[in-house]
Amino acid sequence: MENLIALLVAAPLLGAAVLLCGGRRLDRAGHWLGTLLAAVSFVIGVVLFLDMLGKGAEDRTLHQKLFSWIPVEGFQADVAFQLDQLSMTFVLLITGVGTLIHIYSIGYMEHDERRRRFFGYLNLFLAAMLILVVADNYLLLYVGWEGVGLASYLLIGFWQHKPSAATAAKKAFLVNRVGDMGLSIAIMLMFTTFGTFAFGPVLAATGETSEGKLTAIGLMLLLAACGKSAQVPLQSWLGDAMEGPTPVSALIHAATMVTAGVYLIVRSGAIFNAAPDAQLAVVVVGAVTLLFGAIVGCAKDDIKKALAGSTMSQIGYMILAAGLGPIGYVFAIMHLVTHGFFKAGLFLGAGSVMHGMNDEVDMRKFGGLRKYMPVTFITFGLGYLAIIGFPGLSGFFSKDKIIEAAFAKGGTEGWILGSVALLGAAITAFYMTRVMLLTFFGEKRWQPDAEGHQPHPHESPKSMTIPMIVLAFGSVFAGGFFSIGDRFLNWLEPVTGHSHGHAPIGAATVTAATMVVLVIGVAIAWAMYGRKPVPVVAPRGSLLTRAARRDLLQDDFNHVVLVRGGEHLTRSLVYVDHTLVDGVVNGTAASMGGLSGRLRKLQNGYARSYAVSMFGGTAVLIAATLLMRAV
Amino acid sequence: MSATAVHSLWTMAGGVTSTAPVEKFKAPVIEYTQLAPVLIVIGVAVVGVLVEAFVPRRARYYTQVFLTVVALAAAFAAVVGLAAGGYGTTKAHIAAMGAIAIDGPTLFLQGTILLTSLVAVFTFAERRLDPAAHGKHVVDSFAAQAASVPGSDSEKAAVRAGFTTTEVFPLVLFSVAGMLVFPAANDLLTLFVALEVFSLPLYLLCAVARRKRLMSQEAAVKYFLLGAFSSAFLLFGIALLYGYAGSVSYATIANVVNGSVTQIDPALADTMGNDALLLIGGAMILTGLLFKVGAVPFHMWTPDVYQGAPTPVTGFMAAATKVAAFGALLRLLYVVLPGLAWDWRPVMWAVAIITMLGGAIVAITQTDIKRLLAYSSIAHAGFILAGVIATTPDGISSVLFYLGAYSFVTVGAFAVVTLVRDAGGEATHLSKWAGLGRRSPLVAAVFAVFLLAFAGIPLTSGFSGKFAVFKAAADGGAGGLVVVGVISSAIAAFFYIRVIVLMFFSEPKADGPTVAVPSPLTMTTIAVGVAVTLVLGLAPQYFLDLASQAGVFVR
Repeated sequence: MENLIALLVAAPLLGAAVLLCGGRRLDRAGHWLGTLLAAVSFVIGVVLFLDMLGKGAEDRTLHQKLFSWIPVEGFQADVAFQLDQLSMTFVLLITGVGTLIHIYSIGYMEHDERRRRFFGYLNLFLAAMLILVVADNYLLLYVGWEGVGLASYLLIGFWQHKPSAATAAKKAFLVNRVGDMGLSIAIMLMFTTFGTFAFGPVLAATGETSEGKLTAIGLMLLLAACGKSAQVPLQSWLGDAMEGPTPVSALIHAATMVTAGVYLIVRSGAIFNAAPDAQLAVVVVGAVTLLFGAIVGCAKDDIKKALAGSTMSQIGYMILAAGLGPIGYVFAIMHLVTHGFFKAGLFLGAGSVMHGMNDEVDMRKFGGLRKYMPVTFITFGLGYLAIIGFPGLSGFFSKDKIIEAAFAKGGTEGWILGSVALLGAAITAFYMTRVMLLTFFGEKRWQPDAEGHQPHPHESPKSMTIPMIVLAFGSVFAGGFFSIGDRFLNWLEPVTGHSHGHAPIGAATVTAATMVVLVIGVAIAWAMYGRKPVPVVAPRGSLLTRAARRDLLQDDFNHVVLVRGGEHLTRSLVYVDHTLVDGVVNGTAASMGGLSGRLRKLQNGYARSYAVSMFGGTAVLIAATLLMRAV
Repeated sequence: MSATAVHSLWTMAGGVTSTAPVEKFKAPVIEYTQLAPVLIVIGVAVVGVLVEAFVPRRARYYTQVFLTVVALAAAFAAVVGLAAGGYGTTKAHIAAMGAIAIDGPTLFLQGTILLTSLVAVFTFAERRLDPAAHGKHVVDSFAAQAASVPGSDSEKAAVRAGFTTTEVFPLVLFSVAGMLVFPAANDLLTLFVALEVFSLPLYLLCAVARRKRLMSQEAAVKYFLLGAFSSAFLLFGIALLYGYAGSVSYATIANVVNGSVTQIDPALADTMGNDALLLIGGAMILTGLLFKVGAVPFHMWTPDVYQGAPTPVTGFMAAATKVAAFGALLRLLYVVLPGLAWDWRPVMWAVAIITMLGGAIVAITQTDIKRLLAYSSIAHAGFILAGVIATTPDGISSVLFYLGAYSFVTVGAFAVVTLVRDAGGEATHLSKWAGLGRRSPLVAAVFAVFLLAFAGIPLTSGFSGKFAVFKAAADGGAGGLVVVGVISSAIAAFFYIRVIVLMFFSEPKADGPTVAVPSPLTMTTIAVGVAVTLVLGLAPQYFLDLASQAGVFVR
């Protein structure tokens, strides 16, 4: 059975290789091949899952060693896979949601002449993400990690004829490089500390290692997670990444890429458990990002960017939960899975809306679309209810658990974190209601596009609506299915561990508080966008609104601090190089030239001078020899 | 035993009437087969003189070239035969009544000298380089009639008559014969005789350039005067050492130096064992040898002579003389004066350092390609000295390897210099070489290979040699020398690369030189030079092993 793990990875990898090397003759069938191989991978995942369910909790972990990768004395690394409940969860999410997005893309990318290449990249994305989650050591994980970075670069910049897309791809890649540095440093630290990269020995040895080293490793892993999962301070690439085709956004936000950071932290739980300082840093990052993303999401008029802010915020919840330690690991992953369903649904819905509206993304130019796109409206609406935590839907269960866990952290810390999480829930309710109202309710505010075509909204083709319907089911039922009888908790606990913490307030109180803030958020949104007409041109807004529209000045901050600072640094270095280094070099050269010119004059062409030189030389030679003896 | 034998020979040759009975006279034992390389060369040289006297003028050139090439090839074959017979290793011994040492270094150096001379002689025989003067006259690098005054009527008459100086071939052979003996000499008198035998023909050869005759003659006179001066030092040093040891034999001197001989010749009771004589005499002999290798401050003849001499002669001299002189220096320091290492090492350190730096630094401002190569040869002498100073077996073998590698690069480089010509003969001013790579990419590329080898860039023989020498020096406790060596290599790289930049990245001048298309003779020289340079750079191990096998002096 364990031999299937390699096939799991191999199917999309093969797809990528064939589609990218196959050339134009595959143009007509390429998208079917890509989708088929994604589906094959999903089927293998399901088979492995069923097999796993049939075993006891103790022997559910599968290992497969393919070959010895770096067989150097004292530096051993294998290409080996490990499939446990945590990896299994990710495999099903990645391949399942990934396959749906493949199917959706068949319709969405129908008119793009580079569709074959697009599917090749999608397959590459899946393969890289699968390597990341089934690797049994950090070095192989790093391969998947970099592969994800590469695939995201290729996909965000897929419409490379748009300079904005090329820039966004470059930005995503560069910001991710910062995080990658963190991961590579963490791996080096692990090697010097533990002498190995494999999960088993590393995570087992945390007990005998000094807290300082573990804190360093933990902080570097956090940096890595910030890069991939778009957490403050490495969040700036996520909004710009909306330049990619919408299925890519769905894939990045729901199934791959941004979840990698959460996976990394939960997988390395043993390190964080033993390094409380690093864990504190994780919750701080999570809490800050949670509010940051939510505030940005409130101000965006671009439907995809509003959703991107929402993703940032929801991943912030997950990171927060992961930083809580064993209290939160399970809920971080549970929220990750339910979020995978409803966020993929929301993005596909947004893509469907854009598809019907001549690729318009400004929500102020939508309005009243519920009558024209009923399927999109219903699936998007269910996703909306799920994300705000409407009772009974997926988000209600998973987010509620995280808020509870935050309070259960205990002490002042618990109160602060719990309040932040509650506040985030209120803001989520506000901005998602805003998206819903601007898009599907109110007056039609449709505007002709740049070429003067009036939009004629229509429902999208079946290949697009079916994945949305499937995802809507997940948005509605997944949370309940997981929570009733603590199914998900029991499933994951053997891997991540679990503890209940000391909740200062009861679960019922938390749920009630969540409901209250939910209602407040929705009500404010209704008051602002439902009751009065929405202007097509955005009003100037308050200072906070304007800042939030500019992503809370993240790019300005980066520009002033990093870009300018970097420019100053390089300029100073160039100056030092020019004056000091070149000065020394050129000075040496010039002085050699001068010396040469002077010595050259000794060569005056007269044999008598030459003879004197010889005579003097001999005299010195004799004198020196005698002197040596005398000394 | 050999010491006394030579001593008695010396006194008898001096005309002392012997009162000893006739039956006590023992005929000297000469191992003719082991001396075959020298004998072949010197024998053919004598035949060459006879050829000049008796063979008609028209046939002389071909006869001489044929004889010279055959002699050098045969002598080389003899060396190979001796080496194959084990005379370089197990059968190494002192031959010819103690005068000649037949051992690994001797055979290795003789082989190197013979091969480089053979290759260099091809450039002597080149006659197609001056197409402007073609037609009725045969034109080579040498004066039509060396004895005619430059610019005189007799010179014009000689040119008109189409005379050529075919005497250069026997002269080269005499010189080579001296060079073959020089590193093999096992007593100071043989050393001196060999020095004169190879120097005198060289002085003459320097004077016989066809173009720029006055410059050529000036160079020859300078070389002769300074050479005589240095010979005087050498001879004086020999006298002092004889006074110290009562013998000119290397082995006896070595024994006296290290104190294993205490028996004092009554005639020399006042001087024997006087260390002042030893030190002063040793220093003076070193002067004579350092002059020949061109070490600072005894180097000043080098640029003038290299520039003035006919270029084929320069190439031959730069390569073969250096090999012979370093061979003699090695033997002197390793066989005669090892007991004095604490005295000569610091002094030689200083000489090596100023030689490396002096050669490299002054070369920077040179504008004539032949002078540039002359200073480069001075810097290389410094590098080789670093290996000499190592005083380890590795030091010997690395120097042997370096000499072999360096001599072929030198001969090849000077052969290329003969090709670049304008109306005044060879265009040696560097400004004329600008843009040569655009017009004659092959010639420029070949020259670039030689320059890179001089600079010691990897994949050329220059790198292998320099690496071997520096490694030996560092292992032998001369790390400081290696540092200086690397620094001066960096300085030297500047002017080598500058020539390459000039050839390939400058605009050609309108009145630039033309590159003559040589006969297969010069082509062979250049091709062999390039081949050896690359082979020793790419796969040096076999030759390093050979040198290391050969690197043991017989005592």
